[in-house]
Amino acid sequence: MTGIQDGGVAGAPGARSERRFEAARGQIPAVVAFVEAAAEAWGMHRRRRMQLQLALEEAVVNICEYAYERPPGEIVVTVEPSSRRFAVELVDEGVPFDPLAVDEPDLRSEAAERPIGGLGILLVRRVLDEVTYRRDGTRNILRLVIGRR
Amino acid sequence: MSDRKGPDMDVELTGGVAVVALPQRIDTQNAPDVQAAFDSLLEDGARAVVADFQATEYISSAGLRVFLAVLKALQKDDGRMVLCGMKPFVADVFDIAGFTQLFTVVADREAAVAAAS
Repeated sequence: MTGIQDGGVAGAPGARSERRFEAARGQIPAVVAFVEAAAEAWGMHRRRRMQLQLALEEAVVNICEYAYERPPGEIVVTVEPSSRRFAVELVDEGVPFDPLAVDEPDLRSEAAERPIGGLGILLVRRVLDEVTYRRDGTRNILRLVIGRR
Repeated sequence: MSDRKGPDMDVELTGGVAVVALPQRIDTQNAPDVQAAFDSLLEDGARAVVADFQATEYISSAGLRVFLAVLKALQKDDGRMVLCGMKPFVADVFDIAGFTQLFTVVADREAAVAAAS
């Protein structure tokens, strides 16, 4: 094998990019489209892209619901493709809110006892390879990661 | 517009069973429309409902909430709901949420109508 440079080959990482969105449910398709384009360019399979899309929808809905006392605020979406993993950071400047600290719903209860809700973050955790939250100054940072498979 | 059912929600009555053909996506954007379509079906007296996911590629928790609400409403009234035609992504989402054991899920529409009758 000769030392061909990294750039330009299929599955090359691609560039980090960032975009701002209004923190409103109506913006979810735009957020998804922005991330999907990068995920597709990165070579992510369709099934994994749909899982990422699901995680994005659930995470953005959460931010829209909890982050801002006087909505709408903003969400900054950063896409960070690397050779091994595809990461998306969702940053808002709302009240401190760690969605991962919320208890998971009891999945064994009967329909009549199921609370309507609480499922979004459960889905986020299960479809992604990694999800982390950190508070940095005035910012909530939720990082969603899908690995190369 | 007043068409709250949205473009992709066809309802067919087969021997007392209401068969609902679900749209391609059931998400935050259209879940209220899907909910409204089921609500009007129940208001019209439907007690045996088949939800056909054959065309559905994507569902999020907003969609799951609709089915849980419809199931609860039907169970209160001795009604039945059977789900069918689930593609792998949709089936996975139901599984992860622990919804698969709450519902009767069968392969196709024919089996669903039989199970709901």
